[in-house]
Amino acid sequence: MKLTVWTYEGPPHVGAMRVATAMKGLHYVLHAPQGDTYADLLFTMIERRNHRPPVSYTTFQARDLGADTANLFKTACKEAVERFDPQAIIVGASCTAELIQDDPGGMAETMDLGIPVIPLELPSYQRKENFGADETLFQIVRTLAQPQERTSRISCNILGPTALGFRARDNVEEITGLLSELGVQVNVVAPLNATPADIARLPAAHFNVLLYPETGEAAARWLEKTHDQSYTSVLPIGVGGTRDFIAEIARLSGKPVARDESRLRLPWWSSSVDSTYLTGKRVFLFGDGSHVMAMARVARDEMGFEVVGMGCYNREMARPLRAMAKDYGVAPLITDDYLEVEAAIEAAAPEMILGTQMERHIGKRLGIPCAVISAPVHVQDFPARYSPVMGFEGANVLFDTLIHPLVMGLEEHLLAMFREDFEFHDAAGPSHHGAKAQARVDSADASGGSLPAKMKDNGVPLPDAVTDENVVWLSDAERELKKIPFFVRGKARRNTETFAIEKGINQISVETLYEAKAHYAR
Amino acid sequence: MNAPLAPANGGCRTAPVLKERGQREVFCGLTGIIWLHRKMQDAFFLVVGSRTCAHLLQSAAGVMIFAEPRFGTAILEETDLAGMADAQVEIDRVVEQLLARRPDIRQLFLVGSCPSEVIKIDLHKAAERLSAKHAPHVRILNYSGSGIETTFTEGEDAALACMVPVLPETDARQLLVVGALPDVVEDQMLGLLKAMGIETVTCLPAQRIDGETGVGPNTVFALAQPFLGETHAALERRGARHLPAPMPFGDEGTTAWLHAIATEFGVSEEVFAAVTDAPRARARKAIAQASEHLRGKSIFFFPDSQLEIPLARFLTRECGMTAIEVGSPYIHDAIHGPDLDLLPAGPQISEGQDVEKQLDRARAARADLTVCGLGLANPLEAEGLATKWAIELVFTPVHFYEQAGDLAGLFSRPLRRKSLLKLEAAE
Repeated sequence: MKLTVWTYEGPPHVGAMRVATAMKGLHYVLHAPQGDTYADLLFTMIERRNHRPPVSYTTFQARDLGADTANLFKTACKEAVERFDPQAIIVGASCTAELIQDDPGGMAETMDLGIPVIPLELPSYQRKENFGADETLFQIVRTLAQPQERTSRISCNILGPTALGFRARDNVEEITGLLSELGVQVNVVAPLNATPADIARLPAAHFNVLLYPETGEAAARWLEKTHDQSYTSVLPIGVGGTRDFIAEIARLSGKPVARDESRLRLPWWSSSVDSTYLTGKRVFLFGDGSHVMAMARVARDEMGFEVVGMGCYNREMARPLRAMAKDYGVAPLITDDYLEVEAAIEAAAPEMILGTQMERHIGKRLGIPCAVISAPVHVQDFPARYSPVMGFEGANVLFDTLIHPLVMGLEEHLLAMFREDFEFHDAAGPSHHGAKAQARVDSADASGGSLPAKMKDNGVPLPDAVTDENVVWLSDAERELKKIPFFVRGKARRNTETFAIEKGINQISVETLYEAKAHYAR
Repeated sequence: MNAPLAPANGGCRTAPVLKERGQREVFCGLTGIIWLHRKMQDAFFLVVGSRTCAHLLQSAAGVMIFAEPRFGTAILEETDLAGMADAQVEIDRVVEQLLARRPDIRQLFLVGSCPSEVIKIDLHKAAERLSAKHAPHVRILNYSGSGIETTFTEGEDAALACMVPVLPETDARQLLVVGALPDVVEDQMLGLLKAMGIETVTCLPAQRIDGETGVGPNTVFALAQPFLGETHAALERRGARHLPAPMPFGDEGTTAWLHAIATEFGVSEEVFAAVTDAPRARARKAIAQASEHLRGKSIFFFPDSQLEIPLARFLTRECGMTAIEVGSPYIHDAIHGPDLDLLPAGPQISEGQDVEKQLDRARAARADLTVCGLGLANPLEAEGLATKWAIELVFTPVHFYEQAGDLAGLFSRPLRRKSLLKLEAAE
């Protein structure tokens, strides 16, 4: 047993869901207990998908444990095929079903469903989410890909982008555009938006672009071995990475390519005098191996930072990451325990963290600025706007992403230095932010209760009309007010005072507080 | 005059219940940890389970990440599956590690999961052994929050039920209010009861182990939440008596709930009215304002938390909505009965779920508002249905008078938003 609080990766069947949800015309029948549907909300909420993931769960319960679970699986399988009419199905077990040994693959294969059935063996107690995605894509490709002629024009496949992939949507668009400028057509993107019929066409491409090694490498290797398709080894992240990637495309496509850098702004932005203060900023990198390695190069060679630590949570990338860390003269950190990451960051004392959402929280706790460069990420890192991190536009996006927390960091520093200054008092917040920065919550009392009575919660003196000297908060009411969450407390205070003045009440009691609450109820 | 009138067309208590089995789109009981650990400030919840369990907790906890959260998972590894003898040794090791790290912890819950239940790890034995070892500083209990046995809020039920047998015995005449409520709501409730002269009131769960109360034959208990079937049974086994009442949602629900207690403790109607008249008027006013967009609208409930029946009662009677289907994961007659009595006949009451069939019914009904989980909400919005995601109702203060307007507001907001957004071209 291993004591765990936060996990960087989900179980392997979540990886399989990422592949199934990325694809169209494919359905996943998952032998799983009630409750495992929680993973649906990763897709509907974090990625904001407008459809349910194409996953049917058998939902077995305690009373089914016995002979009945196998029948539940068969029924679920039959109903899913009838209802969703997929071109192919993948079938497998979640961690609990793995223990009851029903063999979903074997059962589905005997059911004669009339479509390809792809059984998945995902060892839940040894492997994790990325493995699940990689293995699932591999099994799908292995089952469905058909030998065929190469396309007449030079073409490639893009392998690895999945649902819940870090910036996968926009990276695919950016790289498709880049390849098109280089005269290379995209044959199939897989698994993102591919159908099983598209998977069958994979071998028609001349070579493969492996965009996400964590989730596409097994398929890329198999296609190389079986269909003689080479695959790219460089990730087009940052200026150098993208240029190397283009050189690799030239080699794989066998023709010279002219690159168009007219939209690339990172090199000038980074060279301009405004960026001088970035020199030697100490950064710590943590995330999935591929992104950390690519971003370390961006950080050192393109931003002029000093890399003071790097690590990854996926053991699959441990070897290349260790080699790179040696080059950079730092100790590699291979762990999936966020407390170890926190300790390493504390020890390295960087000025900036490039990491996942966990590192964002670590940064918040330690007061270190952080930019997110890798999954797992939260809803804010599935933005509405176009924001690739690959290719030349991706480099532009990265420059902005990496300096914004620092600008704010500097501003925060100024605010702290001039804390007593009337223009820079604690509650003033950064100048270019609409909302004020909340003071850190260090104790149960986050009310800002020490502010002078005549200040509102945002520290601005109340205008005269409202600062009626007669309106006072009785201590009970003040206490009650503090029970309201801090982010709406200011509004509650304001509403109550306005209400009191309107009613000519000069002592705010608990009663007044709730009268006002009722008055403003919506 | 304080007893709510039963609906003219009869209630729903005897209405036929559609019982379904099939795929369920619900959380497992482990999710209860997310709010229980906030309420019980000296408790730690250690799930014995798989990476899936840890991932679920993290996904459900969302942004609620703390420097040191008071829950975690002992993830089973390959070696744990091989030999059963090791499991107890492993649990001891993990618990030692945890308690050394967190000396402030006074109660530790070993929480069973699907994997630990399927391979039958005896967490009860582990809890007894560890309790003996760490007494008196730490008390170690166990319950199951597994998906194969519990649905969402039933996790709280299982947790509270496992505490009942170890509550100290008392003969005191007292009221025990059961169900974790937000602090502000709990304080309001205690304030109202105190104003009526009912002084010996205690809560389960208490904020801290030291503040905990006893139970005995002179204890009467009221349920503040409708999902406490096991706890109800465990308390009755200890000789306590249940005060059946509608759940304290809205003006009517709160009044009826308080009235059941007032009657038991011999509070006069005059005192009851003196205490409740002002907050009742406020609640009614707030509800009237907040439910402006709800009147005449229809609502469809997917099963989630067992709060569906009392909420449907509140929304139909006090906000003027019409219920089409009220789905609940489980229905206990003793607990949901008083609310079912008041819910006007008409809606299909359903227990359990076959999600695809229920989705077909929801699409056919096209209710003005559909209450469902986060896995269904955005997909249904994309189909043009307005939704209210159900989990918010468990986290947000919604009980008793002062929150009645907020409660109606939670349901009216999606409808207001739908009418506010104008995303088509101007022409």
